[in-house]
Order: sequence, then structure tokens, then C-alpha cells
Amino acid sequence: MKKKRIWLGISLCLMLVAAGCGSNNNNSGAGASSAPAGTVGAAGTAAPDTKTYKIAVSQYVEHPSLDATYDGIIAALKDAGIEEGKNLKIDFENAQADQANNLSIAQKIASEKNDLVIGIATPPAQALVQAIKNDTPILFAAVTDPLDAKVVTNLEHPGGNVSGASDTNPEAITRLMDFIATQFPNVKKLGLIINEGEPNAVVMADKAKAALDKHGIELVKAPITNTSEVKQAAQSLVGRADALYITLDNSVVSGVDSIIQVANENKLPFFSSDRDTVEKGAVATVGFKYYDHGYQVGQMAVDVLKNGKKIGDLPVTVQQKLDVILNLKAAAAQGVEVTDAMKAAVTDQANDIIQ
Amino acid sequence: MVDSLLGAVELGLLYAFMALGVYITFRILDFPDLTVDGSFTTGGAIAAVMIVHGYSPWLATLAALAGGMIAGLCTGLLHTKGKINGLLSGILMMIALYSINLRILGKPNVSVMGEDTLTSLVRPLYVMPVIVIIVKVLMDLFLRTDLGLALRATGDNSRMIRSFGVNTDNTTILGISLSNGLVALSGALIAQYSSFADASMGIGMIVIGLASVIIGEAIFGSGSVFRATLAAVLGSIVYRIVVALALRVDWLDASDLKLITALIVIVALVFPSIRRHYKQRNSARKRTAALAQQVMKSQKGGAADAKAR
Repeated sequence: MKKKRIWLGISLCLMLVAAGCGSNNNNSGAGASSAPAGTVGAAGTAAPDTKTYKIAVSQYVEHPSLDATYDGIIAALKDAGIEEGKNLKIDFENAQADQANNLSIAQKIASEKNDLVIGIATPPAQALVQAIKNDTPILFAAVTDPLDAKVVTNLEHPGGNVSGASDTNPEAITRLMDFIATQFPNVKKLGLIINEGEPNAVVMADKAKAALDKHGIELVKAPITNTSEVKQAAQSLVGRADALYITLDNSVVSGVDSIIQVANENKLPFFSSDRDTVEKGAVATVGFKYYDHGYQVGQMAVDVLKNGKKIGDLPVTVQQKLDVILNLKAAAAQGVEVTDAMKAAVTDQANDIIQ
Repeated sequence: MVDSLLGAVELGLLYAFMALGVYITFRILDFPDLTVDGSFTTGGAIAAVMIVHGYSPWLATLAALAGGMIAGLCTGLLHTKGKINGLLSGILMMIALYSINLRILGKPNVSVMGEDTLTSLVRPLYVMPVIVIIVKVLMDLFLRTDLGLALRATGDNSRMIRSFGVNTDNTTILGISLSNGLVALSGALIAQYSSFADASMGIGMIVIGLASVIIGEAIFGSGSVFRATLAAVLGSIVYRIVVALALRVDWLDASDLKLITALIVIVALVFPSIRRHYKQRNSARKRTAALAQQVMKSQKGGAADAKAR
């Protein structure tokens, strides 16, 4: 009886191996032997277009900002002539917000031969850096504080085989707070909906608080632990705050519709930290599109794959294109009178003032 | 392929302590303990923070074990002394631990990259089997002592064991405490292995723990305590292998991962019972045939015997 059970277990596993290998004919026996990363076309000579590239991407969870990041990466590769289905093979994995799966995915990626590996969000970046022992280049995207996460030790010159892009430009938060302080003199208390369990949210909230202290504005926090609590937290700020603010907090951004609802009903101006939320119905932010952030990482990937640059020589980038983004429709819904001074703060008025 | 399978075995061994912990509450005490989702993170948090502050990883791991035991102790007290329903006391402790873990960590994600950890000193694949077996055997031996027997009886028939003068409140608290100590130990090792502790690292752990225990029992049986603890350990490894394989199915989208994992586990669980069903049908058929033959024989009487000669 026991023997039979063990056979059952073994046969089950074999079935799966067959399923896995049958569709995976590129990594039989991959592992210990891995070509060094630096051999992708000598510097100065562009690699011929006949070369096929294989990259692996590990994303932490399905989420609008992270999905847009991935789309941006793919677009940048495509613009450089590296296109899926032609000369690019992408192995895209998503941990579905499960740390254990995140580790398994990192191991799987480490056991295969890739020209480049990309981690989107902090946990996958950390897991990949830990799991990949050879010199396969690793890029990270949407990591708020790469130094604190210890994925790199130096932002200017990372060395080693890791580099990437941070999705916060410290300036963005300070500029937004300055914008609120100068253009909204009635705001004395800014309400923040935050999940204190998210690394990026905590880092950003601290920066916002430091900037607000200079203007004598108080930051009132309403904590949540998951997306379902967002609306209640937003409602709890009505009467306690003159405006609402959120960081790049994954669980809060996922529930942003309910904040817009509360802001419109109670005529509270609502400020976000990403462009996508302003397009949805927040009044303003100083920021960028996650798609652009991904595109920047994609360009770094092209540098490594095609232009033969060493990844350790690429500095960690922060988001370059920063601008005030204003939504006029949201302003009307939230009882904000848009002044000329507000519009003047927007550099690229054609794109960044949303009618 | 081989590499990631070895990695899966490695992960399975690190998660094996958690499976053993879940086995204590779920199977021995018959107590659905949801504290696990919180205490797993507690273990990781204590270990990571202590290592970052320069303590030895051994001490940090032991402290994590102690932290988990304290968490389990609280759940046990809520349930036995506070008379709170078992499921609810676990849930209450789990949500309380979320905040406590953030307090311990000080921020949502603490990285121990570059520090000396237990898993960086030596590859877990080489030492973990030995350590897991030692812990498993110690647990088997403990469950044979008077106290261990009382613990097992608490889950089986608490009224009977109370009539023998055993305080079932104390055995329950001890069981839950031990269980969460093992879970936190697992969390501490995983944090060191993956080089970071994160506030969300324990979410969904109870599901993985239960799946490990149940898969183990389905495949390797659970006749005795020795077999059942072995099944929990092996089940944990099988579960990680299943995930590693689910990741390799190319024609599926990344978003299907959890569904595939669930389906594979379902197949593993349903298969034995289907086999049992057919076995029973076959044996029933045989018995019917045998009976029919006997009836035929008795009707024919001695004539058949005479022919046979």
C-alpha cells in the first residue's frame, strides 16, 4: 500500500515534468554553465539583428502601475528592434502577491539561461538578486529605495550585475507639497490614506511629512491594511483634513476609485502620486506615467542587450520627466477653482492639463 | 530544470517546520489555528532585525522560535482561558500580529543582503535534511512521552483525558505554542534564505501549511505519528515541487499560477480516493464471484467432487 502511494507520487511528478519539458525545449540541462553576460556583441559594434534574445521578467502582483511598467519595457525593446515573436523570447512570471511563489519564481529564473532578467517591484528584485549567483544581468523597475532594499550598494556606479530604475524622484514629492502649499492656501491639514505595510508608501510618506513641516501643514494619517478598507479610511478623513493625498501605495492605488468618490462628494481636493490616478479623477500630482518609467528601464535593457554595455556601469536612474499634471474635470468635481497660477506651474500644458 | 527542482526541495525543507507546526494544531489538537499567517512573519521579522543589528544568526533564529512560541501562547490563552472560539482566537492573533510585526521590523521590508546568515554559511540543501529529520524524530519522541500522549488525547477525546486528571487547557496551550514556534522558525529561515523579511511574507501561509499536510497524508499515508510527521515534511517538499513545475508550463499565463497549483493539489488528493473506490469495487466483485461459486458448489453437492477425482 505504502509503496503504491509513493509510486503514485513519483508518477504524478513525472507527468508534470513531461508537461513542463514538452513545452520548454530551450533549457534542458541548463544551470551551472552560463555564458558570461558581457559577450553580447563587442562594444561599439551593434549586434546583428539575427540574434535572438531571451529575457525573464518577475512581477510581484497584478496592479495597474506595475502592468504599465511592463508594457513600457516591452515597448522600448520593440522600438529598438527587439520584438517578441521575432527575435525575443520572454518568460513572464507573476507571484500574485505571494512571497513563497516569489522565491520559487526567482529560483526558476536562476536555473535557466537568460540574456537579461528583470524584477518589477521590490520583493522580486530582492529575490532575483539573491537567487542568481552567476553574472546574468539583473534590472529592477518600480523599486522605491534600492539602497534600503540592498539590491545595489551604490546608485551612481552599481558595479556587479545589477542596476535599474527607482520609481520615486525625491523631488516629485517635495514639488507636489510646494504646489499644494502655494496654490491651496486653505489646506492646513493634508489627509493621507496609507498602508504602513508597504515599503514604498512609508518612504514616501516620510518625505512628504518633511516637506509639509516646512510649510506648517499637518499630515493626518488614515491607516489601512488592505484594499477593501480604503473607502472607510477616506471617509474617516472627512472633517479631519482639508485635502486628500496618497503615495504610490499599491493597496491604496488599487482602491482609488472609492477615494475619488469620497473626494467628489465632500468637495475635498485629492492629490495623488502618479499620473494614472490623475487621469482617473484626482486633481493634481507631480509625476510621470509608469509606462514612461518602464520605457526607461527598457532602454537600459537595450543598452545591455544590443549596445554591449556592462550593466554595472549603468547608474540607477530616477524618473526624469517630471511635471505638474492637472485634471480640470476633477478640479470642478472637487470644488477647486483652477487659477492661472496653477496652470502656469504646468510645463507641458498640451499633454499635462487634462480636460 | 534540475537546478530549480533542487531549489524547490530546498524551499520545501525550509517550509517543512511550518508544515510540522500546522500538523500539530490541525491534526493532533484538531484546532484550526490561523495564527500561522502572523507568526510566520514574526519569526522572519525577529531574525532579520536581530541579524541587521549584528547578533549572531543562531541567536536570531532561536529568538524567532521563542517569539513564535509566545504568539502561540497568546492564541492558546485566548482560546482556553478567554473561552473564545478557536478559529476566532487564531484570527484575532493573526491581525494583532500584523501590527506587532511592523513594530518589530520598524519598516515594511528589512533586507539582510550581505549579512552573515545561517543559509549563507552553508547551502541549506546539504544540512537541512539532517536538521529536519532531527526535529522530526525529536517531535516523534516527544509525542510518545506521557505529556505528548496527553497532548494527542486532548485532540482525540478531551473528556476522556480530563477524567484521567490531565488539564486540557495546558496541553492545548502547549500544543499551539509549540506549533507556532516551529512556524516562526520556518519564517526565520525563509527570511535568511531569501535575504529579506517583508510585512506580507506570512500571508497565505496557513493554506500552504494545510496543503502540505494533506498532500503528504494523501501520498505517503498517516498510519502512525512517525508516518504522519514524515508525510508533513515530504508533503511540504512535494508542494514546492508542484509550484516549481506549475511555473514551467509555458502555454499558461502568469496570472493562472494559483489556479494551476490548486488543480495539481486537487489531482493529488482526488487520485488516491478514486483508486480506493475502484479497488473496493474490484474486491466486491471478487467476493460476489467467490460467493456465487460457493453457492454453485453447495448446490451441486458431492457430484463435482467426484468429477474432480
